[in-house]
Amino acid sequence: MNPAAMIGLLFVAFAGTLVLGFVMKWVDRKVTAMVQWRVGPPWYQPFADVAKLLGKETIIPQNARRTGFLLAPMLGFAAVVVAATILWGVNLSPKASFVGDLIVVLYLLTIPSLAVVIGGAASSNPHGAVGASREMKLILSYELPLVLAMVPAMIAGGWTLKLGAIMTTPSPSVWTSVAMAAGFVVALLCVQAKLGLVPFDIAEAETEIMGGAFVEYSGAPLALIYLTRAMMLAVMPILLVTVLWGGFTFASVGGAIASILKYVLVIVVTVLVRNTNPRVRVDHAMKFFWFGLTPVALLAVVLALVGSAQ
Amino acid sequence: MNWKVWGLSKSPWVYHVNVGACNNCDIEILDCLTPRFDVERFGMLLVPSPRHADALLVTGGVTRQARPRLQEVYRQTAKPCIVLCVGACACSMGIFADCYHMAGPPDKVIREVDPNAIIAYVPGCPPKPEAIIAGAVKGLQAACKLLSQG
Repeated sequence: MNPAAMIGLLFVAFAGTLVLGFVMKWVDRKVTAMVQWRVGPPWYQPFADVAKLLGKETIIPQNARRTGFLLAPMLGFAAVVVAATILWGVNLSPKASFVGDLIVVLYLLTIPSLAVVIGGAASSNPHGAVGASREMKLILSYELPLVLAMVPAMIAGGWTLKLGAIMTTPSPSVWTSVAMAAGFVVALLCVQAKLGLVPFDIAEAETEIMGGAFVEYSGAPLALIYLTRAMMLAVMPILLVTVLWGGFTFASVGGAIASILKYVLVIVVTVLVRNTNPRVRVDHAMKFFWFGLTPVALLAVVLALVGSAQ
Repeated sequence: MNWKVWGLSKSPWVYHVNVGACNNCDIEILDCLTPRFDVERFGMLLVPSPRHADALLVTGGVTRQARPRLQEVYRQTAKPCIVLCVGACACSMGIFADCYHMAGPPDKVIREVDPNAIIAYVPGCPPKPEAIIAGAVKGLQAACKLLSQG
């Protein structure tokens, strides 16, 4: 790929993910409102939120570590943009995939969570510190099952780490399909934690630690955090569908409709889970991920091995 | 109206400060969030930190204990922000006007910190949710007019 095309792709992926993230943020709030029998905000609500936040004063707490405090939101934002670019590039042309891009994407999507830890710890606020420590524990608990859930797809794609090869794998055997489905469910629950949604919004927990790591942010940095979260909401379903559900195709009308339906289904399930569950305690979340989901993901890996041996 | 003011008028995030209310106004404020009134239609959200807030919803006359706290919360709020005094006590001290433990109405206490604070009033004991929403809309309109003038 030549540099001009790469920069073009970066802008297309950035703008596309941004708009998609805003729309999904609105879908999230609208569906939440409908579940609670309310009307909910108008479609331009996320745009208004960000416009307002960008126009507000930026306050830096007196005792905060200035550099870390301001750098953390940008770090998370940049990581999401690059991850989105790789995923868009792969979905637009599967041949553009390079060796190990799945690992790169998984690493890049960890950085926003690490940025939350950095920002919370740098904010000099006790609530921020508690939020940062909880986020750290959450990262430790959900990363293992998330990566394990991706392994069946790698095996089914013929022991590959290329997203393009995983996407274009011909329809797998029964055992492998079961393994991929189990992996998908596990990954969906891990995404819930990664996006910081109820029941795993332990690190934000507005009702107990006042927004956790974000408590001291205001103005433009808060807008960046808002954007990062909106884009994560758009990117994580893309990753799930790309790796475990055959990816997106816009070559035919049927394929395009199927792609959009897959995407909307993942988002709506996420939002419904968020609306029908209470927040769990951090030790319960760790137990759930380590001793509940990790064995399921391991089982999926074994099933995928059985499937590939046949 | 420029884009900053448009954003502020379409997504006012609210931080609720009780500086000595009897809890009746607070119940009515929570009523505004219920499905029957649903202020999220107008983009209003209750936020957990004054750093995120665009509007301070103050209830009650300010007690001597609460006075420095209210001033600190106002200083910590990211500007531009508006203050909404909800209820008879927050507007004019109500029946507590001459009590020994009161430091004055919220508008006076806040103006000690910032003489140019934008303050709106919703009278009533307690004001109905409809009145709170109407007051918020009028206050926001006036604030946006002020802010777009510069």
